[in-house]
Amino acid sequence: MVNENLVKDVVKEPYKYGFVTDIETEKIEKGLNEDIIKLISQKKEEPKFLLDFRLKAFKRWQKMKEPDWAALGYEKIDYQDIIYYSAPKQKEKISSLDEVDPKLLETFDKLGIPLTEQKKLTNVAVDAVFDSVSIATTFKEELAEHGVIFCSISEAVKNHADLIEKYLGTVVPASDNYFAALNSAVFSDGSFVYIPKGVTCPMDLSSYFRINSGDSGQFERTLIIAEESSSVSYLEGCTAPMFDTNTLHAAVVELIALDDASIKYSTVQNWYAGDEEGIGGIFNFVTKRGKCLGKRSKISWSQVETGSAITWKYPSCLLLGEESVGEFYSVALTNNLQQADTGTKMIHIGPKTKSTIVSKGISAGNSKNSYRGLVKMGTKATGSRNYSQCDSMLIGDQASANTFPYIKSQQPNSEIEHEASTCRISEDQLFYLQSRGIEFEEAVSMMVSGFCRDVFNQLPMEFAAEADKLLALKLEGSVG
Amino acid sequence: MQSKMKESDPILEVENLSASTDNLPILKGVSLTVYPGEIHAIMGRNGCGKSTLSKIIAGHPSYNITNGDIKFLGENINFLEPEERSQSGIFLGFQYPIEIPGVSNLEFLRVSTNARRKFLNKEELDTFDFEELVKEKLEIVKMDHAFLSRSVNQGFSGGEKKRNEILQMALLEPKIAILDETDSGLDIDALRIVASGIKKISNAQTGIILITHYQRLLDEIKPNYVHVMSDGQIIKTGESDLALELEEKGYEWTDNFVKDT
Repeated sequence: MVNENLVKDVVKEPYKYGFVTDIETEKIEKGLNEDIIKLISQKKEEPKFLLDFRLKAFKRWQKMKEPDWAALGYEKIDYQDIIYYSAPKQKEKISSLDEVDPKLLETFDKLGIPLTEQKKLTNVAVDAVFDSVSIATTFKEELAEHGVIFCSISEAVKNHADLIEKYLGTVVPASDNYFAALNSAVFSDGSFVYIPKGVTCPMDLSSYFRINSGDSGQFERTLIIAEESSSVSYLEGCTAPMFDTNTLHAAVVELIALDDASIKYSTVQNWYAGDEEGIGGIFNFVTKRGKCLGKRSKISWSQVETGSAITWKYPSCLLLGEESVGEFYSVALTNNLQQADTGTKMIHIGPKTKSTIVSKGISAGNSKNSYRGLVKMGTKATGSRNYSQCDSMLIGDQASANTFPYIKSQQPNSEIEHEASTCRISEDQLFYLQSRGIEFEEAVSMMVSGFCRDVFNQLPMEFAAEADKLLALKLEGSVG
Repeated sequence: MQSKMKESDPILEVENLSASTDNLPILKGVSLTVYPGEIHAIMGRNGCGKSTLSKIIAGHPSYNITNGDIKFLGENINFLEPEERSQSGIFLGFQYPIEIPGVSNLEFLRVSTNARRKFLNKEELDTFDFEELVKEKLEIVKMDHAFLSRSVNQGFSGGEKKRNEILQMALLEPKIAILDETDSGLDIDALRIVASGIKKISNAQTGIILITHYQRLLDEIKPNYVHVMSDGQIIKTGESDLALELEEKGYEWTDNFVKDT
C-alpha cells in the first residue's frame, strides 16, 4: 500500500541527545548499604539531620517491597548493581563558571542549554545537573536581588539548612513509597527554589537533568517553596545517552504553596527510550507531589512525557487550603516498546477546593500507555469540584492504551466529573487530509497536535513549540 | 468514447482501468475521458464501483490498480501520492467527509489551500490574508464564519459537511472535481445551495464528475454525459436524457445491457 511504503522510506531521526561526554568521573563502588549512604552524605558535607533522614529512609526502604500494581512489565532491578554516586571530577570549590570543565559546558551547549555568560538563555535561569551533581546555576545574583533563592539542593543544604530541615520530606515522606524511600536514602542533587512573600519570580526557572554514566542511577531531589502571594513558573528537561543497559532514575519533587501562592511546574521528559527492540532506555520511577497548604494557593503540573523505556509517574496535589486549586495537564507518548503508567492524584482535603485533570495518551508501535489517576474528596472538602478528561489515541494496531480512574468521595456536597475517550488515527483521516494536498507526515502531526492542544495550551510558549516538534519527531515512521 | 471532436486536450483520461482491494476486483476495465468545461454524471447501484473509481482517481491507498492508466493533463498519475494529485488540481468531494478532532477547520483549510498555491507558484497566505479569502468563499456556500473555528467536520450536520466540501473546492480551484454523492443527505434548500456553489466554481476550464443516485441534482446541474456503471464497468453512456430514462425505468432496466464499447 502506498502509505506503508512511504512510511518505510521515511528516514528515522536518531535520538539527538544520545551522545556520551568523555569526562573523568569520580564514582563510588556499586551497591547500597549504610556505609554507602554515609559516604554520599560525607562527600556532600551534610549536617547530621540529613544523614539521619537518609539512614531512616534506608531502613524503611529495606522493609518495603517494589510495587507491582502498575501495568508495566520489566526485569527485576538489581539494586546492588547500581552506582549511587557519580560526579565529574572538578576542582574542589568552583567560584565561577570559568572554572567549570569546558567539556561539561560543551555538553550542555550541545543539548541546547548554553550556560556561559555570553551565551546563556536570556529569559530563563538554569540549574544544570550532570549525573549526581549540579554543575552550574545561571542568574543567581539577579534572582537574589528579588530575594529568590535558586540553587542546587546540595548548596541549599549548606546555606539554607533551616528551610531544608523544615520542608524536606513534608510533602513526600520517605515512607511514601518504595522509590521515594530509595531516593530519600541516596539522593545526590537537584534543584532548590525559594520564592519569598509577595514576589513574582522575574523569570522562568529551569532545571536540566543529564544522565551521562551508563551504570549509575540518577536520584535527584527538587524542593520548591512559594511563600504567601508569590508565584513561579518552573521548567524541567531531561535527556540521557544511548546505552544498551537500563539506567534507573528515581526522583522526588516536592512543591509547597502557601496562601495565595502559585507554582506552575512544566516538564518535557525525553530520557533515552531504548531502541526499536526495546534494548536499553531509562527506567523512570518518579514521585512528584505538591502541597497547596495555603488558602487560594494553586499548583499546576504540565508534562510532556516522550522518553524513557518505562515511566511510572503521578504528579499529584494535596489540596489542603480553602479554595486551593490543583491542575494536571499531561501528554504521554509511547512508541516501539516503551511503557508508561502515568497520571495524577488530586486529594481534596480543604473546603471549596478545585482540580482539573486533562490527560492525553498517544500509543504507537508496540507500546503500552496507561493513565492511572485518583480523585479523592475528604470529609471536609465541602463544595469541592473535580473535572477529569482522559483521552487516548492509538496509532497502528499493535499499541495499547488503558485508563484506570479511581474515585473516592467521602463528601456528598462535592462534584466529580470524569470523561474518557479513545480514538485512533485512521487511514481514512489520513487520506482525507492528503487528498487536500497535505503531506503525510504533516497530516499525522496535525492530528496529534490537535489531539494534544488542550495540554499544549498550558505549556510556556517556548516549551509548547518544542513539545510539538518533539512529538512529530518521535512519531516519524510509526504510522502505516 | 467521445463522439464530438474536441478543440482542447482532455483533463482526465481513465483508460481501461481495473482495480482491486484485498484481491477482490472492484473495477473491471473502466474508460472515461473528461474535457474542459464538461460535466459528467456517473450513476449506478450501490456497490457498482462508482465511489471506488472516485477514490482511485484521488489516490486512496487501499486500492491497487491491476491494469490500465489514469492520466491527468496528459501525464500518467497511477503512482502519484494523494497530496500530489490534490496539489496539481484533482479534487474529490467525499460522500462521507471525515471528522478530524482537535484540528481547526480554518487552519486545515489554510494549510490545504497553501499546498495548492505553492504548487501553482502562487504566494502562500498568512492567517490574515487567508481569512479575507475564505470570507469571500463562505458566501458561495452560505456558511457562517463560526464554522471556521470548529474542528474539521466534527459535530457538523450532514448538510454542513457537504457544504464544507464545496468550500474546499472553492478554495482549491481544482482542474477537475469528482463529487461523490454530494447530494445525498441534503434537503431541497441545501441541495440548491450546493448545486449553485458547484456551478459558480466551475467554468470552461474545469471538468466535473458527479456521482449520484438521483435525478434531482442533475435537474440543478445539467450534465453533458451520463454514464451508467454496473459491476465495475461503464455499461452505457448517453446524454442528459439517459438520466431521466433511468429515473423512470429504474436500474433493473440496465441489467440487460452489456458493455457498449
